Amino acid sequence: MRTIPIAPVASAFSDCEESGIVPKQNLPLARREFLKGSGILMGTLAAGSVLAGLAPSTVWAVELKTLSQAEGETLMAMARTIYPHKKLPDAVYAILAKDLDGAASGSADTANMLREGVSNLNSMAGGNFKKASDAKKLAIVKGLEGSTFFGAVRGQCVTSVYNNDMAFAVFGFPGSAWEKGGYITRGFQDLKWLPAPPKSASPSAYMG
Amino acid sequence: MASIAFNDDSAVVIIGSGAGGGTLANELCQKGIKVVVLEAGARQSPQSFVNDEWKSFGQLAWLDPRTTSGTWRVAKDFSGLPAWICKTVGGSTTHWAGASLRLQEHEFRAKTVYGDIKGANLLDWPITLSELEPYYAKAENKMGVTRTNGIPGLPGNNNFKVMYAGAKKMGYKEVHTGNMAINSQPRDGRGRCMQLGFCFQGCKSGAKWSTLYTEIPKAEATGNLDLRPESHVTRIEHNDKGLVSGVVYFDKDGKEQRQKARVVCVAGNSIETPRLLLLSASNMFADGLANSSGQVGRNYMRHMTGSVYAAFKDPVHMYRGTTMAGIIRDESFHNPKRGFVGGYEMETLSLGLAFMPAFLDPGAWGAETNRITLNTNVKDKWGSPVPNVHFDDHENDIVMRNHAFTQGERIYQAAGAIKTYRTPPYPSTHNLGTCRISANARDGVANKWGQTHDIPNLFISDGSQFTTGGAENPTLTIVSLAIRQADYIAKQMTERAI
Repeated sequence: MRTIPIAPVASAFSDCEESGIVPKQNLPLARREFLKGSGILMGTLAAGSVLAGLAPSTVWAVELKTLSQAEGETLMAMARTIYPHKKLPDAVYAILAKDLDGAASGSADTANMLREGVSNLNSMAGGNFKKASDAKKLAIVKGLEGSTFFGAVRGQCVTSVYNNDMAFAVFGFPGSAWEKGGYITRGFQDLKWLPAPPKSASPSAYMG
Repeated sequence: MASIAFNDDSAVVIIGSGAGGGTLANELCQKGIKVVVLEAGARQSPQSFVNDEWKSFGQLAWLDPRTTSGTWRVAKDFSGLPAWICKTVGGSTTHWAGASLRLQEHEFRAKTVYGDIKGANLLDWPITLSELEPYYAKAENKMGVTRTNGIPGLPGNNNFKVMYAGAKKMGYKEVHTGNMAINSQPRDGRGRCMQLGFCFQGCKSGAKWSTLYTEIPKAEATGNLDLRPESHVTRIEHNDKGLVSGVVYFDKDGKEQRQKARVVCVAGNSIETPRLLLLSASNMFADGLANSSGQVGRNYMRHMTGSVYAAFKDPVHMYRGTTMAGIIRDESFHNPKRGFVGGYEMETLSLGLAFMPAFLDPGAWGAETNRITLNTNVKDKWGSPVPNVHFDDHENDIVMRNHAFTQGERIYQAAGAIKTYRTPPYPSTHNLGTCRISANARDGVANKWGQTHDIPNLFISDGSQFTTGGAENPTLTIVSLAIRQADYIAKQMTERAI
């Protein structure tokens, strides 16, 4: 599978001056014709969004190896119910589905647990969880709090949804600072809307 | 670096290389004493650290299985991860924030000052602040603590500006960028803080004190240290006189080894230290080593937290710069009028991809029932029962946490926050008290030197020694106790007492 990395560009950050390349490249964007898995998740990044400016293509696709497309999409819908961010595109939630699919590929028990969980979501929604209203989705997911399935999906969300280049770009977090020399000369104390503390509380930075 | 034979029984064996073990090793090596350090984790370096929270967590954190029980929220949210501590050379000094505060005088006398608190198991420390003061001074000099030894404070980052503005509007008096073991200017062969914003992920600029690149290389330079990373100790052995004689561990290849010892010092943090004593039970010590008091594993304390995040109309860029960038000390004193005993420190913190957080660091203590036990139903990869961490919040903790939540919110609102968020406690980095020191052998595991009451050549050398917790971050006290313990061990060895 061909992976197209997403490299942020300076102009995309409206309120950060960082321009370095974020080194993590964990979104597999694959060309449609090469995808052969148990399921494929696809979508497009909204034109004009922060991410559309970063990605080489607005079309994204993620290949699943164990779970079906419907199962993957249901997990994405569940993740968006637990951590709803209008600003995050489906492509971010697809990383969650891909990572859970990876866990399912490594363990039959995990695969069964996820499949049962998805099937449970659908039956509680009267057939199709994805198509339920947001309020209905929330009520269903709330009812699952404390279950192994809920714990597995929520736990995976923490890294899959928030620890990736797209989430960083959307939320304005530039990631690794070391290779850019930290913030000692790049605005660690540039906040101007509050008064500066006195030197006794906050001495000047040592600059050699 | 020394190479000490497995059957050489003349060396001091230290289990763990963090604030306690790493410091003790260097202090002993400087005195010409041969030391073997067995460290469960691998050796990293500022070059290998990564500015990536989760990758770093995988690189540094102690992730061996553990279980939890009790009413604390962590048992529900992080049932397999009661503590955020490290398994790596340097231990949790790779991860710590650098806050270096002395305990207050009254915090060594919790029972006397606070009185009998129902449901707690308070005890006065067998040492006083004045006894520890010379060692605090040595530790501050060794670690390069800002605002001591003529070292300037760190420059405040944007988080600090918010904290300072809010705190001053609230009328708080003692507000500054803290007493931090982070170089504000080059010192001791290490550079100054580059304001990376990844203190918890291992300091890539080496400005933050960690035994990994201070104490340990200095000890290695003496030629007296044999450091063995990826060596997981499973048992401490003793002879028929009831003295410890060596330790059994699995080396980096998974091979079981036995290292003889003249003295064994346990510094595996407050979960692994009592676990190891309990795992080492024998016919002579049926309840575990040094456990005639029954106190091994008991009185587990964690610094209960009341974190508040806040959102502001204008950007703060909370991720830029020193992670723990400022402190308000006005709530750290004992003032029972607030409805609780003890006090808490208020410290700014930047955690993860989120808004502006505050980390409130309240004092707490152990109920006897808050304890580390062996969970024989769950085994780790070496076949040893995993530790279970049981903790129930005490009423005093709950009242203090609510007070801290309220004050934290007020500070941010005073600085113009449009919204604040109370955060439930997360896995604790400050774990204390499970082998507490006591004047009387009935009440604790070790004496005022950390020497176990039952076994003269077995020492507790980490935060497990804390008789009670204080409002302050514990590392400076752990380091001070280790320097002091090294003097005692050297003297005892010279006198052939051990």
